[in-house]
Amino acid sequence: MKVTYRSAVHDALRDALRDDPRVVLMGEDVGRYGGTYAASKGLLDEFGPERVRDTPLSELGFVGIGIGAALGGLRPIVEVMTVNFSLLALDQVVNTAAALRHMSGGQFSVPLVIRMATGAGRQLAAQHSHSLDPWYAHIPGIKVVAPATVTDAYGMLGPALADPDPVVIFEHVQLYNTASDVDALTATDISRAAVRRSGSDATVITYGGSLPKALDAANELSLQGIDCEVIDLRVLRPLDMETVLESVRKTHRAVVVDEAWRTGSLAAEVSARIVEDAFFDLDAPTARVCSAEVPMPYAKHLEQAALPQPDKIVAAVNSLLGNGS
Amino acid sequence: MIEFTMPALGADMDEGTLNEWMVKPGDTVTRGQVVAIVETTKAAVEVECWHEGVVHELLVPVGETVAVGTVLATMLEVGEAAPAQPRRSGRRAGKPQPAHVPVAVAPAPAAAGPKTAPHRRRWVSPAARRLADSLSIDVNSVSGTGPQGAVTIHDVEHAAASAKQPQPKLTAADRAAGMRRSIAAAMSRSKREIPHYYLLHEIQLDTALTWLTARNAQRPITERLLPAVLQLKAVALAAQRFGEFSGFWRDDTFQAADDVHVGVAISLRAGGLVAPAIHDVPGKKLDDLMSDLTDLVARARAGSLRSSEMSDPTITVTNLGDQGVDAVLGVIYPPQVALVGFGKPAQRVCVVDGGIRVLTTTHATLAADHRASDGHRGALFLAAIDELLQRPDELEK
Repeated sequence: MKVTYRSAVHDALRDALRDDPRVVLMGEDVGRYGGTYAASKGLLDEFGPERVRDTPLSELGFVGIGIGAALGGLRPIVEVMTVNFSLLALDQVVNTAAALRHMSGGQFSVPLVIRMATGAGRQLAAQHSHSLDPWYAHIPGIKVVAPATVTDAYGMLGPALADPDPVVIFEHVQLYNTASDVDALTATDISRAAVRRSGSDATVITYGGSLPKALDAANELSLQGIDCEVIDLRVLRPLDMETVLESVRKTHRAVVVDEAWRTGSLAAEVSARIVEDAFFDLDAPTARVCSAEVPMPYAKHLEQAALPQPDKIVAAVNSLLGNGS
Repeated sequence: MIEFTMPALGADMDEGTLNEWMVKPGDTVTRGQVVAIVETTKAAVEVECWHEGVVHELLVPVGETVAVGTVLATMLEVGEAAPAQPRRSGRRAGKPQPAHVPVAVAPAPAAAGPKTAPHRRRWVSPAARRLADSLSIDVNSVSGTGPQGAVTIHDVEHAAASAKQPQPKLTAADRAAGMRRSIAAAMSRSKREIPHYYLLHEIQLDTALTWLTARNAQRPITERLLPAVLQLKAVALAAQRFGEFSGFWRDDTFQAADDVHVGVAISLRAGGLVAPAIHDVPGKKLDDLMSDLTDLVARARAGSLRSSEMSDPTITVTNLGDQGVDAVLGVIYPPQVALVGFGKPAQRVCVVDGGIRVLTTTHATLAADHRASDGHRGALFLAAIDELLQRPDELEK
């Protein structure tokens, strides 16, 4: 059956609310409006205002409420409209949610799930388009996942709710309308990276909204006789480097694609770990394809130019093979 | 940047196999230094480099057969800085391209300036370095095709493969067949393209032979001269005077050679022949010519000639007198324009000053390219050789 990413997220929320009475959903416009990205349409009607709550426009407040609810025994799912606005709640995430288990000597845990949209491509300019996912991946005490496929859009929520610690889920805005044929939606995992395409000449490592671009690039490269392996990190913290290193040891070349800014990006971390742990297997320097280091432009052509694109990935892979010009 | 290319070691050579590199990146090369050994159908030839510089990159691995003109290595001129972007290759990992990729020969750019930059460490990928270690391959002998010219796993594997399976050594029969083909190609081209004309002139040798006998009598056998040396010197001196017989016909025009390098036709024991040059014959003393000739014949038969010897002859001399023929009407070796032949020196009845005498003579012949010269000049050229052989003291100088 053809399933969209949006409906997979919706179904995951619905099934979570159905399966566990402790699960509640809260956030701006999740109830009456059905979610900014229409991921919670109909859930207010089905589960009532006790379990599907519209919150005031105060990220600091409602993320804090989510933490309190989790400490109190619920399994809250908090939706923050985009990662750009989550900065207002960063204090709650970093200083409270991530720290409580450690500061209480394990007496408290915060089984909270925070979902947020991320990424650019919709001409929403510099205050709505950034990929700050790597900032969250920097924080010990939380897990960070980035479902890039329809299967994971559904399958990651269950394990995230089951996790005793805070889990942040990043849904890239360009993915909601993507669709794929799936037999059945079931729980996946929030621990391993996935090889989305196997190949022998170079490894392209990416996550979230850049996965389709990486796969497009790999297809284009295959026409040039270059066989790329594409790895979807899936989990941004803790990183599954085992899968990455195994691939790099096979292909000897790595390109990391990350929609965040290059400086201090997750791409920087992955690249560094490859160099640390697979240096003697490398046949070329690691390469990165990231966003231009500017606040995201509004103009469509500038926005597209600032983002990683398949042609830039193709060029990066070619340069590692000595085929540049 | 200087590009060192596969030389044409004779008109009949289209491609050569790189047998051995005698230099590695970073080595300083002086003019005339032998830098590589190339296998042709005729011989394993020591290839000299006529540029001074520092070897930058070896681009063709040992064992590879490439077309004439293919860039084999790049060199930095003295004082030239290493380029930031080394040569890039179109080669792709895992997809080796066929060996016969002609490489465009770009004009050498001007030297970067007077500042000397230190040579950068050779770039070898970590994985390639480890693989090279495990295979006991010297990474310095491997040419890099990776990013920024780095040596990659592919390059090491390629080098290992060619090291492990050296070109099957040519058997004597293979080489004879190859040589037959190349002689066929050169001679067919000669007869197809060159409008030969032939002149024959009888030369009295008594003066020269008497002079030679007296000269040799004072010397140990090892230092004695053969008549062939006098002939070589006489031809060379005459060719200096008659420039249209020493040079090359190229691009529909005659290019006179500055110096006279005489090709000596040497028949090989296994069959076939080569005609490598003795350089600058007019300027050499007879003793030096004799030792050059002895050395050249020995090396030609051993199959170890130098590239300049193969490519430099400006005129060829062939002497079939030893085989007992009276005269040889030769085929010119293109792109040269003349070939002088000598037949058997023999006692013949001659008319001298109205009387009949028995004298030792030889028949000197000229096969010449009518595009470059005419019979009248050819006759004067042969007469000049005759005249020089009558004054052996002049040849000694």
